[in-house]
Amino acid sequence: MLAPDAHPSLPAEPIACHECDLLQTEPRLAPGETARCVRCGAFLARNPPDSVDRTLALSCAAAILYLIANVYPLVGLEMQGRRVEVSLAGALRVLWRDGMEPVAALVGVTTLLFPVLELAMILVVLVPLRLGRISPRLAPFFRLVRAMQPWGMTEVFLLGMLVSLVKLSHLAEVILGTAFWAMAALIVVLTLAGRAFDSRLLWRAPLAGDAA
Amino acid sequence: MSGGHPLTARQAGLLNCHVCGQLSRAPADGGFLRCPRCRAPLHMRKPASLATTWALVIAAAILYIPANLLPMMTTASLLGSQEDTIMSGVIFLWRSGSWPLAAVVFFASVMVPLLKIFALVYLAASAQRRSRRRRLQRTRLYRMVEFVGRWSMLDIYVITILVALVKFQGLAIIQAGPAAVAFGAVVVLTMFAAMSFDPRLIWDPAADAATDPQDSDHA
Repeated sequence: MLAPDAHPSLPAEPIACHECDLLQTEPRLAPGETARCVRCGAFLARNPPDSVDRTLALSCAAAILYLIANVYPLVGLEMQGRRVEVSLAGALRVLWRDGMEPVAALVGVTTLLFPVLELAMILVVLVPLRLGRISPRLAPFFRLVRAMQPWGMTEVFLLGMLVSLVKLSHLAEVILGTAFWAMAALIVVLTLAGRAFDSRLLWRAPLAGDAA
Repeated sequence: MSGGHPLTARQAGLLNCHVCGQLSRAPADGGFLRCPRCRAPLHMRKPASLATTWALVIAAAILYIPANLLPMMTTASLLGSQEDTIMSGVIFLWRSGSWPLAAVVFFASVMVPLLKIFALVYLAASAQRRSRRRRLQRTRLYRMVEFVGRWSMLDIYVITILVALVKFQGLAIIQAGPAAVAFGAVVVLTMFAAMSFDPRLIWDPAADAATDPQDSDHA
């Protein structure tokens, strides 16, 4: 499958940089080390310790936090004893009814739909991997995870909530709800999960060799 | 580099899978191929990269104008109604004393989209001219554009929460304005533009020059 004889000066097991196309040998990585392209410095690979177990644990934690973040109210206002709180779904409903359907859809997709799909896909890939069942059917799910990653914007949403609360703080007392803190924790957990995952594990065994 | 010029996968006739990193030999007839390991479609370079990037950047640049001139939100209360653009929102934050937040919103909503459009125009234009200058800096610029783009969504989220909270409180009526739609489109279009740009196009002219000795003395 690999073509080491394609060029006489090619290293034995070459990889190419995704950003500058330079052929190079992937260095042997000690646990925790990261490989970068020798020419442009692009990320090549990382060797996180206990990759599958840690990613799986963090993803399960993220799923629970995600649930809390969507069930409980995010933020609230208190004024003269009257208290109002909004959840993410409630805020989207208001925006949709105000005739701002495209904006509501954009917010819903980037803060609700894509993060949950991404999490679900990661679990779909990781659980069989943990059980030692590497299947060619995993590959399209992993491709989906990669395609959705740039569009989950939970951390930007969190900052947006803070800005809007500051804008309202002169009118009423602002409350940070349970879901707000769950979302803050979710961002930390998702970042750690992303760093703990070594995608090379998926390709160690020939995945789709039998599907050709 | 050790032993002569750097060798790229393209020069070796190899296709690099963008999902799993498997190298496969390009078909001699230039036909369509899927990765033998993960079945992702393989391309030597992202297809129609520059044309797609140009189209999306131009669309984003046009929409940037209504996004900044039209009202982002309309506030109506007993005291009268008021229309806020992105800039007047920043000025409000600045005057009310939260200047760090004013700076964050100004940077995320006004500067980032603008700088992103300029950066993508520069990247696409220099790749199209097959420029061989500042390759490393241009690659870093591309990475920055990809990383920072998502933060422009900030103002859209601010509106979402403001509208909902104020509506439930019954203090006033806040409605998202037409600029919100234009602004959301700018963010999405520039993100797609950055994704469609292939950073390897920055390095290709230098690789071609290295293999063609008549051209290499300019490098």
